[in-house]
Amino acid sequence: MAATYCLGRASIALAALLLLSFGSFAASQIEVCTSRFWFNYRHVANTLSVYRSVKRLGIPDSHIVLMLADDMACNPRNPKPATVFSHKNMELNVYGDDVEVDYRSYEVTVENFLRVLTGRIPPSTPRSKRLLSDDRSNILIYMTGHGGNGFLKFQDSEEITNIELADAFEQMWQKRRYNELLFIIDTCQGASMYERFYSPNIMALASSQVGEDSLSHQPDPAIGVHLMDRYTFYVLEFLEEINPASQTNMNDLFQVCPKSLCVSTPGHRTDLFQRDPKNVLITDFFGSVRKVEITTETISLQQYSEMESKPKLKDWHPPGGFILGLWALIIMVFFKTYGIKHMKFIF
Amino acid sequence: MGLLSDPVRRRALARLVLRLNAPLCVLSYVAGIAWFLALAFPPLTQRTYMSENAMGSTMVEEQFVGGDRARSFARDFAAHRRKSGALPVAWLERTMRSVGLEVYTQSFSRKLPFPDETHERYMVSGTNVYGILRAPRAASTESLVFTVPCGSDSTNSQAVGLLLALAAHFRGQIYWAKDIIFLVTEHDLLGTEAWLEAYHDVNVTGMQSSPLQGRAGAIQAAVALELSSDVVTSLDVAVEGLNGQLPNLDLLNLFQTFCQKGGLLCTLQGKLQPQDWTSLDGPLQGLQTLLLMVLQQASGRPHGPHGLFLRYRVEALTLRGINSFRQYKYDLVAVGKALEGMFRKLNHLLERLHQSFFLYLLPALSRFVSIGLYMPATGFLLLVLGLKALELWMQLHEAGVGLDAGGRPGPSAPLPPAQGVGLASLVAPLLVSQAMGLALYVLPVLGQHVATQHFPVGEAEAVVLTLLAIYVAGLALPHNTHRVVSTQTPDRGWMALKLVALIYLALQLGCIALTNFSLGFLLAATMVPAATLTEPHGPRPLYAALLVLTSPAATLLGSLFLWRELQEAPLSIAEGWQLFLAALAQGVLEHYTYGALLFPLLALGLYPCWLLFWNVLFWK
Repeated sequence: MAATYCLGRASIALAALLLLSFGSFAASQIEVCTSRFWFNYRHVANTLSVYRSVKRLGIPDSHIVLMLADDMACNPRNPKPATVFSHKNMELNVYGDDVEVDYRSYEVTVENFLRVLTGRIPPSTPRSKRLLSDDRSNILIYMTGHGGNGFLKFQDSEEITNIELADAFEQMWQKRRYNELLFIIDTCQGASMYERFYSPNIMALASSQVGEDSLSHQPDPAIGVHLMDRYTFYVLEFLEEINPASQTNMNDLFQVCPKSLCVSTPGHRTDLFQRDPKNVLITDFFGSVRKVEITTETISLQQYSEMESKPKLKDWHPPGGFILGLWALIIMVFFKTYGIKHMKFIF
Repeated sequence: MGLLSDPVRRRALARLVLRLNAPLCVLSYVAGIAWFLALAFPPLTQRTYMSENAMGSTMVEEQFVGGDRARSFARDFAAHRRKSGALPVAWLERTMRSVGLEVYTQSFSRKLPFPDETHERYMVSGTNVYGILRAPRAASTESLVFTVPCGSDSTNSQAVGLLLALAAHFRGQIYWAKDIIFLVTEHDLLGTEAWLEAYHDVNVTGMQSSPLQGRAGAIQAAVALELSSDVVTSLDVAVEGLNGQLPNLDLLNLFQTFCQKGGLLCTLQGKLQPQDWTSLDGPLQGLQTLLLMVLQQASGRPHGPHGLFLRYRVEALTLRGINSFRQYKYDLVAVGKALEGMFRKLNHLLERLHQSFFLYLLPALSRFVSIGLYMPATGFLLLVLGLKALELWMQLHEAGVGLDAGGRPGPSAPLPPAQGVGLASLVAPLLVSQAMGLALYVLPVLGQHVATQHFPVGEAEAVVLTLLAIYVAGLALPHNTHRVVSTQTPDRGWMALKLVALIYLALQLGCIALTNFSLGFLLAATMVPAATLTEPHGPRPLYAALLVLTSPAATLLGSLFLWRELQEAPLSIAEGWQLFLAALAQGVLEHYTYGALLFPLLALGLYPCWLLFWNVLFWK
C-alpha cells in the first residue's frame, strides 16, 4: 500500500514549477506546488528538487517563480525541521540554504497562477513575483499535486481545468510572452492536462495517462510520509547527470521513467512544437547556458588620424601673464593701504 | 376514478390486503431475521480499509524502549497505592513533573442515588491527575488524550507505568503537532466523566467537580488503556460506548493495522479473528462476535472510559491487556510501540476523523457491516407492524362501511362513528399505561428510603425490588381499567387500541433503531411477533405467555443469558437471576451517573406500549 499510494485525490494542490531556461534565449521557470497538508510532503519535495536542479544549472532566482502551497520544512510534524528530503535515509536535503519561495501558502491560487502566466498583475506586485519573460524566452512550467481527468486541484478548494490552462497559454502566445514552452506535470491522469493545448511552440510531458494514477515513492518511516513521486524522482536522477555543457536532448527526457519503473505510463506531446525534439537540448529549458564561442579571427582596429579628428575641447585657463599682473596689483594695493614697512615680513 | 377514491375498488383492495396480510407479515418477519443473520456472511460484510488520507499506512518508526522504566513506575505506583489506599496523587504529580509534563489535578465528588453494590461505593469523592505535553512548535489548538482509569477493583498499575514511560519518551520528540494529555482518573468512569464535564464546561450528570486549571485545546481522539499484568497475551479492544455510540471506524482500523504491524494478537469481544471466510466456520464465528457486539451496544453501557468520550464527539477506544494461558506473550515494549505508532499517526490528522463510518457492526476486527446494509433488517421487522396496522385500519373502516351499507339497525338515531367510540375509550388505557411507566421511572429511587424502613433490605435491593414490583403490578391493570365500552360494537374498542399501540410501538422502535440499531433490532425482534398476534379472542393463556416472555424485562433477562452463553461462560438459573438483578441496579445507576438512556426508554416508552398490548389481550 505504501508503494502504491495514489495521487488520485483530486483535491490536493499542485506543485508547479515554471522554469524559464536560458540559452540564446532568456529562460524563466514557474514551479508550482499546489498541495497543502503534511501528507502531501512529496509534492513540495518534487517541486523543490526540480528547483534545485535548475538553479544548479545556472538559472537565477530572479527568473524563477516558485509557488509552494504549504510549508513542510517548518511544519510542526517534521521531525527534522528546516529540511525537506527527497531521498529516504535523508540523503538529499532539497530545501537547502538559498531557497526563495515567491508565492507561499495561501497565495498559491488558480487566480495568482494565471495572473503570473498572463502578466495581468497589479502594479504593486514585486518583481520577484512576476514572470518577466518576452518573446525570446523559453519557459519551463512544472506542476505537481493531485489531479484528475482534465483538472488539477489547488489548495484543497479549487481547480484549474485543462481548457483554462490552454487558454492561458494562448494568451501568453498572443502577448508574445514566450518563445518556446515546456510543460511538465506530475499528477494522476496528467496527460489530460495537455490534451487541449492549441498554441504553437509548446511541448508537454506528463507522468501518467488518462485513467492511470501517478504513484508515490520513497516511503520514509522516520519522517512518516512518502518523500517523492516516482516520475519526478527519476526525472531528478536524470537531471543530476546534466551539466551546463550537456548535449542531451528532449528525446532522452521522454525516455525517463518507463512503465517498469514508474508503473504509470508517462506521456508527451510534441505536435505543437516546431523544432524536432531531438534537436532541442535539455539545457535550452533547464539551464542557463551562455554560449561562448572562441574565435580565431582577428578584427583590425584603425589608427586614430589627426586630420580627420575633430578638435578636442580642452579646459580653458586664463593666460599666465594675466595672473602675474593680478597678483602684483594685489600686493601693491596691500602695501599702499597698510604701509611699506610690512614689506620686510614678506621678503 | 383513482384507485383509492373509488369505493368499489377500495373495497377490493382492502379485501386483497386483508387476505394476504398474514403471509406477508410472516414473510417480512422471517426476512428481517434472516437478513440480520446473513450480516456475518461475505457479500454483506466488507473488509475494513483506512479512509483517512492523513493517516495513510503504518509508515512510522517506533522507537519506544522504555519497558523497564514502565515496570519500575508500575511497581512504585502499586506500592504507593497500597499504602495510601486511594490514588497516590502526590506521587503521580511528582513523577509526571519529573518526566516533563505540566501537571494539574481535579477533585470531584458525587453522591450516588443509591449504594452501588458491584463497586461498593455510595458517596464518591476522588482526584484526577493529568499532565499535558505541549506541542513544541504548534499552537495548542488540538489535543490527544491517553487515559488510564484507576478504580478499586482493577489497579491498572502497569497501565499507569506504561503511561508514564510513554510520556517520558514522547517528551523527547519534536514532531508533535497536537498537545497530548496523560490522564489518570480515580473511581473508573466517574472520574472520567467528571474530567470530561469540567473540560467541556458542561454539567450533564450532576457531578460536582472542581474546574480545570489547565486546558489543551479541542480533543481530536482518545485512547484508554487497561493493563494489570507485566506481560500480555492479547489486546482486546472495546468500541461500544454510552447509549450505543461508536467511534469512527478509522480509529479501529488504525489500531488493527498497528496490531498487524507489531504482530500483536488483537481480539474483539474477546474472540479471535476468524481466518477462513470462504467456508462456513469463519462467518459463523463472525456471527457470534456480531451478536456479542449487538448485545453490548444494545445495553447502552459505556464499556470503558472511551464510552464517555464519545458523547463529546471525541473518537475513543479502550484497549485491555489480557493475560491468559497462551504461550506467546508480549511485554510492555510491544504494547508501548503499538501505542506510540497510533499516537504518531493520530498526530498527522488535520481534521477530526470523519471520513469513515460512524455507524457499523463488526463481525470481526477486519470486517465491518455498514449502516446501509444492516438497516433493512429492522425495516422488515417494522414493516410487519405497519402491515398489521393497515389491516386493522381496513377492518375498522370496512366494519363501519359494512354497517352503513347493510340494513339499518333498530334505533333510528344515527350510529356514532366507530372511531369516535374507540377514541373515547382509548384515552383511559393510554393514560394509565403512561402513568405506570412514570411510576416505574420515578418511584424506585424516590421510594427507596420508605422501602428500607418497612422491609429488611438494603437500598439497592429496595430499588430493584420496587422496580420489579411495579412492573408486575402493571400486569394486574387490565382487569380493572375498562370503563367505557360500546355495547353495539364490542369489537371496535380493542381494534382501535391495538392500532394505536402498533403505531406507537413502530414509531418508538423506528426512532431507537436510527440511533442505536442494536437496541432497536433486539426489541423489534422480540416484541413484534407478540404485538402482532395479540388479540382478545383466541388462546388467551398462550398469548399471555408470549407477551410476558417478550416484555422488555424478559428480553433483558434473555439477552443476559445469551451474552454469557456467547462468551462461553454460561450461567445457571440462579446466577442468571442474580446477574439480572445486578443489571437492573446498574441500569438505573448509570442513568443517574452517566446519563444512559436505556432505563428511561424502557420505563417511559416501551413498558407503557407493552402494557397497551396487555390491555388489548385482556379486553372484555
